[in-house]
Order: sequence, then C-alpha cells, then structure tokens
Amino acid sequence: MTAAEPLLTADGLCKSYGSTPALDGADFSIRPGEVVAVMGPSGSGKSTLLHCLAGIVVPDAGTITYRGDELSAMNDARRSALRRSDFGFVFQFGQLVPELTCAENVALPLRLGGTSRKEAARAALEWLRRLEVDDVAAQRPGAISGGQGQRVAVARALVTAPRVLFADEPTGALDSLNGERVMQLLTAAARDTDAAVVLVTHEARVAAYSDREVVVRDGRARDTARAA
Amino acid sequence: MCILTRMSIGHTLLGLLESGPRHGYDLKRAFDERFGHDRPLHYGQVYSTMSRLLKHGLVEVEAIEPGEGPERKRYAITEAGVTDVARWLATPEKPEPYLQSTLYTKVVLALLTRRDAADILDVQRAEHLRLMRDLTERKRTGDLADQLICDHALFHLEADLRWLELTAARLDRLAREVSA
Ligand SMILES: Nc1ncnc2c1ncn2[C@@H]1O[C@H](COP(=O)(O)OP(=O)(O)O)[C@@H](O)[C@H]1O
Ligand SMILES: [Mg+2]
Repeated sequence: MTAAEPLLTADGLCKSYGSTPALDGADFSIRPGEVVAVMGPSGSGKSTLLHCLAGIVVPDAGTITYRGDELSAMNDARRSALRRSDFGFVFQFGQLVPELTCAENVALPLRLGGTSRKEAARAALEWLRRLEVDDVAAQRPGAISGGQGQRVAVARALVTAPRVLFADEPTGALDSLNGERVMQLLTAAARDTDAAVVLVTHEARVAAYSDREVVVRDGRARDTARAA
Repeated sequence: MCILTRMSIGHTLLGLLESGPRHGYDLKRAFDERFGHDRPLHYGQVYSTMSRLLKHGLVEVEAIEPGEGPERKRYAITEAGVTDVARWLATPEKPEPYLQSTLYTKVVLALLTRRDAADILDVQRAEHLRLMRDLTERKRTGDLADQLICDHALFHLEADLRWLELTAARLDRLAREVSA
C-alpha cells in the first residue's frame, strides 16, 4: 500500500436515529500513519461518524471501505474480528475494567486474541512504560487519576498494534496540562507504530496535534484541507 | 468595534457598492450603520478611499449631480472591483489578536452580497489551525520558555476559533438581521 492510498474511506454516509438524522451524506478518508481531527459542534454527528467508520454502527446509506474491503458488506462476526485485530479505541472515560489492575487492563486485548499470559504481561508493561504510567501497573483504575487512566487507556488501545486508532474526545475529561500530555504521548506512540488516528474533538488545541482536520456540521463532513 | 485597517475600509466600501451604486454620503452612512458603531468614518476617509479605488479602476463615477463638492458623486463598482472583493473575502486573515472586526465585516459583507459566509469561516478556521499546528510542533521540540510562549498564542487563537464556531452557528440568524 502506497502512502497516497487511503486506508479507510467513507462516501455519502447517512444514519438516522428515529427521525433524527445524525449523519447526512458524510465523506471521510484517512491514510496510513495520518492523524485526522474530526471537529464540529456538539451533536453535529462526530461520534456517529467514528462509530460508522469503526464498524460499530451500520450506516443507513453510503459505503465504508477499509483496505479495499467494504465494511458494510461484511457480516457482524467479520466486522467484530476486524475491530479486534485492526482497530484500537480510546473514549472520554470509563473504558477500563474496574476489577482488573492497569497492567491486566492493558494485557486484556492481547489475552482475548490468544496471546500467552506471560507475553501479554510483558507487552502491557512495555506500553505502560511508553505512556509513562508503569508506576500504576498494579493499581486498579479507581485508585488512579483521570490523566493516568487515559494514558492506560491509550496503552490498551495500542497494545495490539492497530492500524487505526479511534479516539473520541480522549482528553474531554482532563484539565489542559493532562490533556496536552495525553495528546503528546498518544500522537508520538501512534507515529512510532504508523497507526492512523481518527481523533474526534471539539477543542482546537487538541485538533492542533493532527495533520489535518475534517469538519462535521449538521451531519455533513467537510474536508477543509481537500476543499482548499 | 475596533478600527478597521485602511485596506479593509476600502474593501468594505467596495463590498457595500456591490449591491448597487451609491453616493459618497450614502456609503458613509451604510458603513457607519453596519460597521462603525463607536467609530464612524470621516468624510475625508471616504473620499480619500474612493479616489484610491477610482485610481485602481475598482470603482467608477457613474453620475455627478449638479452642485458643489465630492459628495455629489455617485460611485459604481467595476468588474475588477467585484473580483477584488471576492478575492479579499476568500483570502484568510493572518491569525492575530483582535481580528474579530475584520472577520465580522467579511461575514456581513458576504451575507449582503449573497456569497457563502460559511466558506469564509471555514477558510479562516483552516488558517488558524495551520498556525496552531506549527505552534504545537514548536512546543514539542522546544524548552519550557518556548512552551509557555506558544501556549499563550495557542490560547488566544483558540479564543478566536471559539468565536468563529459561535458565529458559524448563528449565521442563519445574522443573515436574517442583515437582510432585514
Ligand atoms: N444512540 C442514539 N440514539 C438516538 N440519537 C442519537 C444516538 N446517538 C446520537 N444521536 C443523535 O444524533 C446526533 C449526532 O450525535 P453525535 O454523533 O453523538 O454527535 P457529536 O459526537 O458530534 O456530539 C445528535 O442529535 C444525537 O442526539
Ligand atoms: Mg460525541
């Protein structure tokens, strides 16, 4: 795959919840290793776009193509498998399993994928170190700060070496300084592993960590970089 | 409302002429009404600006009414003038503090001349984000002093962008008020 070829593309996505249109003809594309910010006001359809791109929500109309395969043509099992093997997720908060330690949380996706306990634990610790939170490896999520929790979540999202990291307001619950640190570590780690990042945010300072931005308004995505 | 630069007064007067020829005094009144709230234009400014626009072929004198004085001239925008307004509206402003008055003027003029005002905001957002990316990158590679200096600029640019988003969300209302 050349750098010019998009990894993930969406054309004319529409999705309504009841009579509320959340997406109304949204286009999107991202290349390997690219960080694209999805911006727009609250309720404009950013999360819905992310959920469609990640195969979590099936759009009413439009196509999504991932590495040449149409996502909407896959059955649920195939899409779930793809999510586990190729995609990583970071949300605003509440994604860590409270009963597990931080190290176990990070190891979990590898364990679910069949990696040995020992190897998963080793990889988890390495990723915690990379995100500078190896000191909380043995703690449970309830005992650590919001900023530490988000870094653990980023470690967990990247431990499987996904090709696409989906981050929905990953700093939304953090103060400026912690938000900055999470963004620095997240983008640095993504660049090291050549993962593409779909970064949903309504904050310009967070979007400034991206390579380019796509603006969603009233369910329509507009790629200002392409339009310019 | 802050003072508009000399250049943007010219573009603003040109934009006001797009909806039809006007006399000098009428132009001044239209400008003051929409953009000059606490700083109305002087007649002198209007006529020096109009003679500059005349010299550059962006306006022409359509009629001179009988009597004395420059206020009797009726100005009309030329084709070159229309192109000039379009270019001005489409070119993003260099991101810097206190840009709102220029951006506000551009948005209102776009609405008055039935151009796409959302386009202006989109182009400006992209320009702001470009600078914010540069500053973010500088912060990544710089020392603490660099970080603090860049952060100051970033917070100001972010404030501009919030204003842009708020304006974008209120365009329909503004369009109704402008055309009322
Ligand atoms: N699961 C859902 N059920 C019903 N309505 C929803 C659901 N998810 C989103 N919506 C609606 O769709 C629109 C877009 O929402 P969303 O994609 O969450 O926007 P954003 O992330 O930009 O804030 C909103 O009007 C929202 O209320
Ligand atoms: Mg959302």
